[in-house]
Amino acid sequence: MIWNTLLLSLRAILRNLMRSFLTILGIVIGVAAVITMVTLGNGATRAVSDQIASMGANQLMVVPGQMMGPGSEGAQSFKIADVNAIRSQITSARAVAPVVNKSETVIFQARNWSTSIVGTSNDYFLVGGWTLAGGRTFSELEERAGRAVCVIGETVREKLFQRENPVGGEIRIRTFSCQVIGLLKAKGQAAMGQDQDDTVIMPLRTVQRRITGTKDIKRIVVSIKDGASIDSAKSRLVQLLRERRRLGPSEDDDFRVMDTRQLAETVTGTTKILTMLLGAVAAVSLLVGGIGIMNIMLVSVTERTREIGTRLAIGALENEVLLQFLIEAVMLSGLGGLIGILLGNGASVALSGVMGVPYVFDSSINLMAFFFSAFIGVLFGFFPARRAARLNPIDALRYE
Amino acid sequence: MTEQPLLRLRGVTKTYGAGPASFLALKGIDLDIEQGEFVAVMGPSGSGKSTMMNILGCLDTPSTGSYTFQGVHVETLTRDQRALLRRYQLGFVFQGFNLLSRTTALENVELPLIYRHEPKARRRIAALEALEKVGLHGWENHTPAELSGGQQQRVAIARAIVSKPSVLLADEPTGNLDSKTSREIMELITGINRQSITVLMVSHEPDMAAYAGRIIHFVDGCVDSDVLNPEAPR
Repeated sequence: MIWNTLLLSLRAILRNLMRSFLTILGIVIGVAAVITMVTLGNGATRAVSDQIASMGANQLMVVPGQMMGPGSEGAQSFKIADVNAIRSQITSARAVAPVVNKSETVIFQARNWSTSIVGTSNDYFLVGGWTLAGGRTFSELEERAGRAVCVIGETVREKLFQRENPVGGEIRIRTFSCQVIGLLKAKGQAAMGQDQDDTVIMPLRTVQRRITGTKDIKRIVVSIKDGASIDSAKSRLVQLLRERRRLGPSEDDDFRVMDTRQLAETVTGTTKILTMLLGAVAAVSLLVGGIGIMNIMLVSVTERTREIGTRLAIGALENEVLLQFLIEAVMLSGLGGLIGILLGNGASVALSGVMGVPYVFDSSINLMAFFFSAFIGVLFGFFPARRAARLNPIDALRYE
Repeated sequence: MTEQPLLRLRGVTKTYGAGPASFLALKGIDLDIEQGEFVAVMGPSGSGKSTMMNILGCLDTPSTGSYTFQGVHVETLTRDQRALLRRYQLGFVFQGFNLLSRTTALENVELPLIYRHEPKARRRIAALEALEKVGLHGWENHTPAELSGGQQQRVAIARAIVSKPSVLLADEPTGNLDSKTSREIMELITGINRQSITVLMVSHEPDMAAYAGRIIHFVDGCVDSDVLNPEAPR
């Protein structure tokens, strides 16, 4: 019976090509929109998490105060003794770097550029996963004496030195000159969009003495040895700092330890919400496509009432008519779903190329969109089909 | 074993609606129709002739009374059982042709055979044969829109006889046709009757009823006259 009914459905679809085409179109657009939106969103999430991973895996960041931003000013800053204590007592730490940063204008000959000055130690390069494109890092003497030397990022090199070799050049910051001893390999944009290569890195003591004028350290970055537990390192770090800052058991932490995974979760969480939002908007168009199918099936039943009467008079069973309409609906929405999947993935590949995010094939959203469209077909095909099959043949035959 | 006619109506009534607004369309019909007869049912509109045809065609069930088809009590059958009876025993021809639009003559004629699960090759041969019988050889791939009214009715007749039914029911088969075409259709139906297919036809045109061997007149839900027609072409 299935095979015969399949044949009848196929004939009915081919007989009404225009109507079939319009039915399919709604589903195609809906499915393609959902797939494109979600795939692009997933690509953006992947791009963001890739960039966070490029900041250096297994990284912990310690900042004073509980809140990020202006609210943290009141909290007690770290000192170099804190950094040394972490380095000696947290055994799973691979590298510990103090960080002081300030925005300053740097000048080379007639060109100037406003950038972020970072005062730190050689461990900073290790923690941040930086490699050098040329020159060298700081010597022990330079760090200890706070010599005016710096390693610059690719953006700074481009703005100030253009085609010249920067290594060995002298740049001016405020009133002092600073020798460029190294150039960082470009890293590109960070997760939040800022340019990571727009930086000038100096020994901590140089920045403290000549720019900030205090011995405060704004944050400490720590990278954990591969395979070591981040969570246990984190809890030991918290314990250590509480002791050093003499916090009683009832007092809250007046500093915060964040890991890259947490940061990644925060940022990708945002893009995921955005993806869901886009997907929801696209799902509405899928629903509209489904209502389109329901409409066309209802209209076609009205149009085809006489035909149904004829089929019933010829000896078609109620179930056969029902099944025929169901198969028609499922075939149309299934075909629409397939075309939508092809179109959606094609558009995703093209658009992710344009937007510069990776194309990530997500089989679950493809399957979901397909089965949802098939489900809509069954649902919206079923009710008109039942109405058609339950008609009294005489009434159906006389239907005007 | 007692002689059993092909179709037998006993005390058949049909009421439409309920309560004070109800309408008695058939007021107790007794009728026997033998295998191979050609019966024309005549009468003014509202006389109940179409209602009786629907009951004989198993499209409708009597309100009271009994209808036996080859000894089977149709009034006790389910909707699906009646559909199967139509599928294997009856052929229908309607005033409005009722062909599937945008569908070729061949596919229209094949339709009853699809419901009978005939294999594709046999279906095709039988459909072509039926179309040839009604004189439409060479028109197999035309859709109803490309055919004249007479030709459409021929396709409908081919569809009705392709499954070799025992009874052909025709409801005003010439109602939408001009007189010349009507006579051609009537000759076709007479020819089908000669191949021992029982024909029941509703018509209000005496010219068309004159082709039948037995003419029944309906007035007001009752059989008014039931006469043999010796003039019928044999």
